[in-house]
Amino acid sequence: MEVIKIKGTDDTPDIILDKDNDIFEISGRSLPEDVTTFFEPILNWLDDYAEEANEKTIFSFKLVYFNTASSKLILDILMKLEEMHENGKEILIKWYFPEDDEDMEEAGEEYADIVDIPFEQVSYTL
Amino acid sequence: MDKNDVKGFLEFVYDFYRSMKAHEITLVYEGEITHQITKAFTSLTESNMAKDSESNTVQKKVFHVMVECLQNISKHADAFGTEDFLFAGRGIFMVSKSKGGYHVTTGNVIENNKIDELSKMLDNINSLDKEGLKALYKTQMKEGHLSDKGGAGLGFIDIARKTSNQLEFHFLPIDEESSFFLLTSSISRNI
Repeated sequence: MEVIKIKGTDDTPDIILDKDNDIFEISGRSLPEDVTTFFEPILNWLDDYAEEANEKTIFSFKLVYFNTASSKLILDILMKLEEMHENGKEILIKWYFPEDDEDMEEAGEEYADIVDIPFEQVSYTL
Repeated sequence: MDKNDVKGFLEFVYDFYRSMKAHEITLVYEGEITHQITKAFTSLTESNMAKDSESNTVQKKVFHVMVECLQNISKHADAFGTEDFLFAGRGIFMVSKSKGGYHVTTGNVIENNKIDELSKMLDNINSLDKEGLKALYKTQMKEGHLSDKGGAGLGFIDIARKTSNQLEFHFLPIDEESSFFLLTSSISRNI
């Protein structure tokens, strides 16, 4: 499968989606000018991946900031992963947050409440 | 400009400068809000706050509020009548400081027929406590769809959650069709 590797900027996140090497990661800041267009290839990739997903997928979010428009798209990503989970694939979400960032920690808790997938909160020092 | 006009203008600039100082306005802008401007304003304010040694928490909250407010103008500000001195997607944007914290104020033209819905939404947000806001945010994220303009109806809720303060808003009538919508979000230092 094609590998998605997007280098982050000051308003878009770093994204790596690499099935063969088991790397699924979104990190950095997310406030793209046009969220729908920015995330569209990611959502499409996940649709294709769902057809031939690895037995286990660990998907990491390591965001330091995202705007409300991005929050909706993050949920869309999580819902695609939830669907894979429902179809019998093992999925684990790792939600990284800077240890002093309660808002980012809480955002992770909220997503964990909304979607029904194993969810792990991981704090780190910036 | 003739001599008197020049003098009047320069006095105006000086008065303007003094008002800005008096209200500790660190940033004021009128015009179209684009993505580039959003980036420039947020990074300018970030570096000013860093110079003033504001805590990370305050810096992050101000950043959040600025982005959402700027986005609101760029996506939702209406055009003013048929005159072309005010176009859609523009408005006034202001960041000011006080003892208690930071204030982000926006002002833009809005069609009168949207006022009812908007003020109901804002009143509702102001009536909710922390848990209520959290529940509303979750529902909105799940059920709200991104409109053509890219808004998910989450901006105001997010501002209220991040600041834990009431959203202060006001509508000033312009004419039969439109009003000027003013909104101030305050970020307190002691939270």
